[in-house]
Amino acid sequence: MKIKLWGVRGSIATTGPDTEFYGGNTSCATVAYGDYVLVLDGGTGIRQLTGSFYPAAKRIDVLLTHLHLDHIQGLGFFSPLFDVTKEIHIWGPASSSQSLFSRLSRYLSPPLFPVLLRDLPCKLHLHEIGNSQFEAGPFKILSNYIIHPGPTVGYRIIDKNAVFTFIPDHEPALGEKGIIKEKKWVSGYDLAEGADILLHDSQYTEEEYTHRKGWGHSTINDACLFGSLAEVKKILLAHHDPSHSDTFLDDMFSSFKKSAGDIPPAVLAKEGLEIDL
Amino acid sequence: MPAYEIEIILNRQLADCLSIPVFITDIAGNLIFYNEPAEQMLAKRFEETGEMPVEEWSTIFKPLDEDGRPLAPEELPLVRTLSDEHPHHKNFQIESLKGEKLNISVTSYPIISRAGKFLGGVAIFWKRRMQ
Repeated sequence: MKIKLWGVRGSIATTGPDTEFYGGNTSCATVAYGDYVLVLDGGTGIRQLTGSFYPAAKRIDVLLTHLHLDHIQGLGFFSPLFDVTKEIHIWGPASSSQSLFSRLSRYLSPPLFPVLLRDLPCKLHLHEIGNSQFEAGPFKILSNYIIHPGPTVGYRIIDKNAVFTFIPDHEPALGEKGIIKEKKWVSGYDLAEGADILLHDSQYTEEEYTHRKGWGHSTINDACLFGSLAEVKKILLAHHDPSHSDTFLDDMFSSFKKSAGDIPPAVLAKEGLEIDL
Repeated sequence: MPAYEIEIILNRQLADCLSIPVFITDIAGNLIFYNEPAEQMLAKRFEETGEMPVEEWSTIFKPLDEDGRPLAPEELPLVRTLSDEHPHHKNFQIESLKGEKLNISVTSYPIISRAGKFLGGVAIFWKRRMQ
């Protein structure tokens, strides 16, 4: 599988010279195998899947982790949705009260967006998932609900060579004592166990997190502790806070590495990063 | 063993923050977590016992009605919750293995996931002051 990151910023797109290196687009990644492209999240990064990056296959699957705006805002600018030759399957977490169609339509409808979801020219199929297993193209996929406000899932994407786990928004440390260090009590553990690559939320510094418990995000320390418990091989630290400049992120990561114990190799996720597994 | 669903994990995290005794069971009644105030009632520590099968933890207390007569298991709130997947509440006494009696109220509720799946039960114990 070929992984490419198109957006690694959290909360809101952040452009400017201060965020140029790690990138300002919100959550989006692709996992490709041959002509087939699996799209993870529809943040503003998804807009770049055009021109020479336009997916060639007739069918495209878009897996949404949840419906917060930074994960769907780019959908309206995803060219294949306006292509009558494309068959688009959007997978997203089920809610206990409203359909995925209804929830997506809140954004893809006036006054927030001029085109209605139901009027998109492509052949659109919506799939509601929770703790589910399904197949998309050549990939086997496991989705599980994880700790984050509102219905939110993470994904474990498996092909014959590798496992990629995608959990861009996650607060496994929610609670008085942080992450419970027993594997079966860790939110998202089954998704990440032994993965080759784990992309995980690492939005906050330790100090920031003390004021933002319950907002659904992690510190670098918690992301790496989670990856360590799950015995992943490599961690991509993502969902960078919009207030964190490139310099701030570098300093934050350097400071973390000085105090980090025995953890799997970790790097800050960067827009445009490509990994062959 | 697969990890618990997040609804169970979040119930444990909540119980960890509370100063009232909380017991969490799976659908079979096996005790999968109890918090520190509950540890005082059981005179056991979760770190030491880990999870306890229903046959083991259900014998730690002897439930009695307000007149001191033994209560049938099916009259206990948590047992009823595990049976009908609804919340229940009852005032009664418990007698420990040492013969100490305590007047309590127990509120129990089912953990039903976002997908509507029944995952287990939670019992909250309240010590009652007698008039």
